[in-house]
Amino acid sequence: MFRDDAMNLELYIHIPFCLRKCGYCDFLSAPADEETREAYVQALCAEIAGAESPADAEVSSVYIGGGTPSILTGEQLFRIMTAVKKRFRLSEYAEVTCEVNPGAVDIGKLSRLRFAGVNRISIGLQSADDGFLRLLGRIHTAADFEESFRLVREAGFRNVSVDLIHSLPGQTAADWERSLRFVAEKEPEHISAYSLIIEEGTPFYERFGDIAGEERVGTVGAEYDRVTGGASGPDAPKGEETLRLPDEEEDRIMEHMTGEILAEYGYEQYEISNYAKPGFACRHNLGYWSDVPYIGFGLGASSYLGGVRWANPRDLNAYLEAASAGDGAFIPEKTDVQVLTEAEREEEFFFLGLRRTDGVEAADFAERFGHGWDRYLPSMERLERDGFLERTAGGFRLTRAGQDVSNTVFAEILF
Amino acid sequence: MNIPQDHIRNFCIIAHIDHGKSTLADRIIEQTGLLTSREMQNQVLDNMDLERERGITIKSQAVRTVYRAKNGEEYIFNLIDTPGHVDFNYEVSRSLAACDGAILVVDAAQGIEAQTLANVYLALDHDLEVFPVINKIDLPSADPERVVSEIEDIIGIEAEDAPKISAKLGLGIEDVLEQIVGKIPAPEGDPNAPLKCLIFDSVYDSYKGVIVFFRIMDGTIRKGTKVKMMATGATAEVVEVGTFGAGQFIPCDDLSAGMVGYFTASIKNVRDARVGDTVTEADRPCAEALPGYKKVTPMVYCGVYPADGAHYQDLREAIEKLQLNDAALQFEPETSVALGFGFRCGFLGLLHLEIIEERLEREYDLDLVLTSPSVIYRIYKTNGEMIELTNPTNMPDPSEIDYMEEPVVRAEIMLTTEYIGAIMTLCQERRGTYIGTDYLEDNRAVLKYDMPLNEIIYDFFDALKSRSRGYASLDYELKGYQRSKLVKLDILVNREEVDALSFIVFEGSAYERGRRMCERLKEEIPRHLFEIPIQAAVGGKIIARETIKALRKDVLAKCYGGDISRKRKLLEKQKEGKKRMRQIGSVEIPQKAFLSVLKLDED
Repeated sequence: MFRDDAMNLELYIHIPFCLRKCGYCDFLSAPADEETREAYVQALCAEIAGAESPADAEVSSVYIGGGTPSILTGEQLFRIMTAVKKRFRLSEYAEVTCEVNPGAVDIGKLSRLRFAGVNRISIGLQSADDGFLRLLGRIHTAADFEESFRLVREAGFRNVSVDLIHSLPGQTAADWERSLRFVAEKEPEHISAYSLIIEEGTPFYERFGDIAGEERVGTVGAEYDRVTGGASGPDAPKGEETLRLPDEEEDRIMEHMTGEILAEYGYEQYEISNYAKPGFACRHNLGYWSDVPYIGFGLGASSYLGGVRWANPRDLNAYLEAASAGDGAFIPEKTDVQVLTEAEREEEFFFLGLRRTDGVEAADFAERFGHGWDRYLPSMERLERDGFLERTAGGFRLTRAGQDVSNTVFAEILF
Repeated sequence: MNIPQDHIRNFCIIAHIDHGKSTLADRIIEQTGLLTSREMQNQVLDNMDLERERGITIKSQAVRTVYRAKNGEEYIFNLIDTPGHVDFNYEVSRSLAACDGAILVVDAAQGIEAQTLANVYLALDHDLEVFPVINKIDLPSADPERVVSEIEDIIGIEAEDAPKISAKLGLGIEDVLEQIVGKIPAPEGDPNAPLKCLIFDSVYDSYKGVIVFFRIMDGTIRKGTKVKMMATGATAEVVEVGTFGAGQFIPCDDLSAGMVGYFTASIKNVRDARVGDTVTEADRPCAEALPGYKKVTPMVYCGVYPADGAHYQDLREAIEKLQLNDAALQFEPETSVALGFGFRCGFLGLLHLEIIEERLEREYDLDLVLTSPSVIYRIYKTNGEMIELTNPTNMPDPSEIDYMEEPVVRAEIMLTTEYIGAIMTLCQERRGTYIGTDYLEDNRAVLKYDMPLNEIIYDFFDALKSRSRGYASLDYELKGYQRSKLVKLDILVNREEVDALSFIVFEGSAYERGRRMCERLKEEIPRHLFEIPIQAAVGGKIIARETIKALRKDVLAKCYGGDISRKRKLLEKQKEGKKRMRQIGSVEIPQKAFLSVLKLDED
């Protein structure tokens, strides 16, 4: 498998623009005018051109994410991919993903992407229910998604992913099931299904508090009425109703039914929040959990190379200025630099590796660190007895119960 | 140093907390010219950081300044600072005994408080000349005229010509200085008589040994004098004598009757130079010691444990160092099933306990776990033996107990009359015996109750403040012991008894306290991967129960490139959090949960 190949390298390209910021979004993204976007694309190409890269590295995956990458023109995305191919050796079998928003693509742009080498599309749907889409601050409808999905297929993409979020304020299990089936019936190759994280600093945080699972009540009233204009789904919240964030139990019911329902359609869970038809697990994401080095380009993007993690600066103007001073090739300042110690790499082996449903293997650990994992064995065996881990042929993986409380399980293993 | 006795003034400032004692002291020091304004730090007398943060004075200190009065003469002012908390009542009384007069500072808006009254009576008991000063006249709510009549009516001292000042703004300080000269009597005493000094404080210095703060009643002390502490019997040869600058010691050749100063004599332990003891000459002792010496004894005990058992030795060294400076702090090693090796420490009161805890954590960088505080119970056993119990774990089997006694205090609570009902209810809930009410004027009163000390050491002070919106103040002193029906309340976490959480409680309050304790622990103990029952038991019988539900969800839904660093930080936090936990069986209990018993009234 690819992750046994040490020469692999992944690239992440960040597009920090969107048409409107969503209420739950904590990504580095904001609306920007055409001129800024063009300046950014030029800066990005310069950064890619100036990138330091191990000489023998072969790029196994490129991921263009955001924000809303589809806000860029087909021509701009094409230029970015050209810069990548000019600077890096792209594997013949590389997975090249671009995120798009429903309603933000036309056949021309999609054809351009195909031509540029993009072979996987990830569509940010989030919910199949227009009421919830409005609540989230999304500017598209379920119908927009259907149209975009059709176009994506028409343009010839054979590897398509759709994102969904559950445990939205006011959402019931029935609402969630409807979204899941709506998407599964379209048969995308891959589905990411996330439990909503209320991040600090987002408008959702103000309204619904910080701890998912705790019963936080947000009254939305007239404002919600205005936003939804009468939600479409039969169970969708209405008018002056009070929106309650699903509690832990409800959240877990939705989480558990996700796997069961998607299995009916032939999807297999391969990570805590990711499901795919056989052979379509996202290679790029698997790389993050398997110690594959990656370089991030663009505002705030993270990199991991030679055992060091760092991030690009987060200030757009500073980024653009630095790029324009760089004469066609520049290296942004490294922030948040973390040189991983051997112990930290071991920690990552567990807390990243165990996110995958195939878990961690003793042989893999021994090969990577040159010694056995005996130190961690007593706690793993205890967690196995308590039903949070289970044995695989060569190691351990999280059980369903273990996935639900994986943060605690990781801490138990490590400290 | 040749200072005529009639040009010396030894005095202190007494006030309720926050009425501006330290600020006035600052102004006096500033305006007597010992220091330039540039050198003035805010609140010069409060040396320790901790004091500055809490805004209260913990240890007595002194300062000597020179004042050129309007009559053209120069006067030596020895200003002795006194602690402002009921825990340190004895220290206050010894500081007062070193003075000839006192300035009573009263807040122009708040008027007289319980502490004010207690300190004034204490000062009058020591025959001090007391003159009032009305402070904070700059406050919009200031009503100096009302306060003048309050002082005259309640305390019965002349207040008509009391200086009306704002220490904060520096208004009226001159007036105060002149009254110090005019109203406070000069000291008396024979410089040639055998030496007789009162120790009003002592501090430990790692270079000089113990520095003894004293007031000379009779005689003269100089370098080389062989001194003897009359109560402890310790003898030593004086190495250095001097007076107090602001924040520094100023050595001199000798000091005579009437003066306040310090000496060092290579004394290794503050226990050899206890507050209140009389210093005399070893070869020519005075006829009798000064009255009022008392060996201070702790009233409150609790177990102090290192959060990390590996730091036991560090904790011992830290406590030993603090003890060098604090004669009231006691400790002895003990062990707990739940907490391992630690120390049972004795304190004057809860504030003293908190101060020591903070100093250990801050100055010695230790993470601590403290057990429920306890008073000293007397257990009369059926075999005729009496034991004093300071650790609930050591309580004998009920079948061996004939009866028990607990310490009782006389509490005086000063409040505005609108809160009398609420506070009487509180006192009754805490098993108070009503003694009486003194009405001071239209809307103020002093409630007197006899109360078991164990009802006060937990959260009484907080409850008092919250139920009176901060308008009630408390003063108390130990009255004696009374027979009482007491039981040991045990707490079981996940069916295991946690000895460090046990405490002694009045039988009639056991159910209520047990229930609240379980509720509190439910909030303090984080959810685990499994369900945790929390039970309160008396004599093996469960009287209350709460359940901490198992953790159902603790997962990061997204963990891609940039999220990994965040996940790392999250794990670091979990690791740090774990350091502040104690493992009891398979349950991790946060350190602060061990003090839950102190917070049972908060809701």
